[in-house]
Amino acid sequence: MTSGTELLPAPRGGTGTDGRRFGALRLFGGKAKGSEEAAKRVQFSSPYLPYLFLAPQLAIIFVFFYWPSIQAIQSSFYLEDPFGFGSTFVGMTNYTDVLKSGEYLGIARFTAIFTTLVTFFALSIGLLLAVKADGVIRGNTTYKMLLIWVYAIAPPVAGLIGMMFFDQHIGPIVELAGWFGWDIKVGLNYFDTAFSMIVVSVWKQIPYNFIFFLSGLQGIPVAVREAAAIDCRSGFRRFWTVILPLLAPTAFFLLIINVTYALFDTFGVIDVMVKDKAANNPITLVYKVYMDGFRGNDLGGSSAQSVILMLIVFVLTIFQFRFIERRVHYN
Amino acid sequence: MYRTKFFDHVILLIGVFIMVAPVVVAFMTSTHEAADIHRNGLSLTWGGHFVETYETVLTRKGGFTGKITGLNMMMNSMILGLGFALGKIILSMLAAYAIVYFRFRLATFFFWIIFTTLLLPLEVRILPSYEVMNTLKLTNTYTGLIVPLLASATGTFYFRQFFKSVPDELLEAARIDGAGPFKFFIDVLVPLSRTMMAAIFIIMFVYGWNQYLWPTLMTTDEGFFTLVRGIKQILLVWVGSNIPDYNEAFALAILAMLPPVLIVVIFQRWFIKGLTESDK
Repeated sequence: MTSGTELLPAPRGGTGTDGRRFGALRLFGGKAKGSEEAAKRVQFSSPYLPYLFLAPQLAIIFVFFYWPSIQAIQSSFYLEDPFGFGSTFVGMTNYTDVLKSGEYLGIARFTAIFTTLVTFFALSIGLLLAVKADGVIRGNTTYKMLLIWVYAIAPPVAGLIGMMFFDQHIGPIVELAGWFGWDIKVGLNYFDTAFSMIVVSVWKQIPYNFIFFLSGLQGIPVAVREAAAIDCRSGFRRFWTVILPLLAPTAFFLLIINVTYALFDTFGVIDVMVKDKAANNPITLVYKVYMDGFRGNDLGGSSAQSVILMLIVFVLTIFQFRFIERRVHYN
Repeated sequence: MYRTKFFDHVILLIGVFIMVAPVVVAFMTSTHEAADIHRNGLSLTWGGHFVETYETVLTRKGGFTGKITGLNMMMNSMILGLGFALGKIILSMLAAYAIVYFRFRLATFFFWIIFTTLLLPLEVRILPSYEVMNTLKLTNTYTGLIVPLLASATGTFYFRQFFKSVPDELLEAARIDGAGPFKFFIDVLVPLSRTMMAAIFIIMFVYGWNQYLWPTLMTTDEGFFTLVRGIKQILLVWVGSNIPDYNEAFALAILAMLPPVLIVVIFQRWFIKGLTESDK
């Protein structure tokens, strides 16, 4: 069996909604490959030019990445006076407070459920559409275009449109659900709000998954498909036993991207849909960081939450790294 | 065979309907009058008030302080999108050039310094970032809006991969012809990277234009609001009113999605290329 990683473009390239996950994957993927990643045979050498070229990027990274990141870690150990009269070192208190708080754990639970559902539905719908679009010949390009452009819509804009469709007076989805005896009350009912947030978040993410699955499918050589078609007549079984394993690297790459999307990029959707009335509404962990830091002025608590989120992202990245490494080795 | 294809098309058409219909409905509804929408709900037909609504949205001074128009917000979004995309390309091309084409002692160290940024998205460090911006007095400035978003290695990564795929022979040949680092960069590497730059430009423009959280934190002065950032304000204004201006909200949503959507549709090929096979 040829290496899936080599066949498919997605895990080797591609980007998160902003592209940030892409790099980590490529970075570690590349590292695992070892010496073939070696530098150019010929290089310039100059005592100052490389530093000059790196300077702008480094300056920005130091000021806007390392400085705030270190400050987040530092202030997570301090209790800030709300009126700005200094701060006291409190050790792990901020962390224990956060982790003991029932509210925080409730939000964490919701975030987990939300992330799972958004990831599952966005991935499966994206895959279904990609498989179908890959199968049809007529209208292939048209379908592709019509299915991907929603990618360009910003999450809060998607949230606004979603609000209208779930509006109490004019929303067609509310009306539709009404026929089945379900009285949707977004903003008032916890479950209904969560439902609408998930629907909008999935809708927004489908095009991204579609693009990657489609390009993954089109990267599978015709010879492999033909061989599979001869060996196995059932299209459904062929998909499960041949196509899907070949798509696994793409799927895994997308899994991480989608988890990151659901954790972080859905902020806009949530912010528009709960409209500052977070009290009885479902929110995610990132939204909680924002609420505590900017509305509640709880600098220490918010920083501790930031650090917890950093750890989650770290674990995700390492998970991703391990997986890629293993694939490369076993191939 | 025929049956399968038929069902394939049915599924695809349902998919297209789900993806496209909400936006079409949003656009059609935006051409109706607010009272009409309030009475009859969302609409799939042309309402005939396109010009009035969009003119109002673009030119009427709105917001809480009443000093910003839709057009201003559009300009701000444009500045953010273009500034971010250009900044990203310039910074990351230079950095990638240094990393790939130069031999220097701290290369590996700087490589890791830059690529660590991929591990932590802006969302997890919003509060300290905001504090830093406050210290530097950069809130409510375009610099504060654009520059901190540039603090990530994505672009650098794309260009690093790309430069590595450029044949070594080119540099050897250029050096034999007497080209120095600047000449090689401008006369060989930049022209070679054109497609790559276009693809990254599209992705980054869309990303910059669609920013929400960071502009929300950085701009309290409505003069700096972008369209996407203004969305929530619109919703907040409505909460109190009897007949919300659904039409204007939809019109703003359409305007906010128009430029990125157009770019993705028009440059679809480059966009997909940039997204999925950035190392070719």
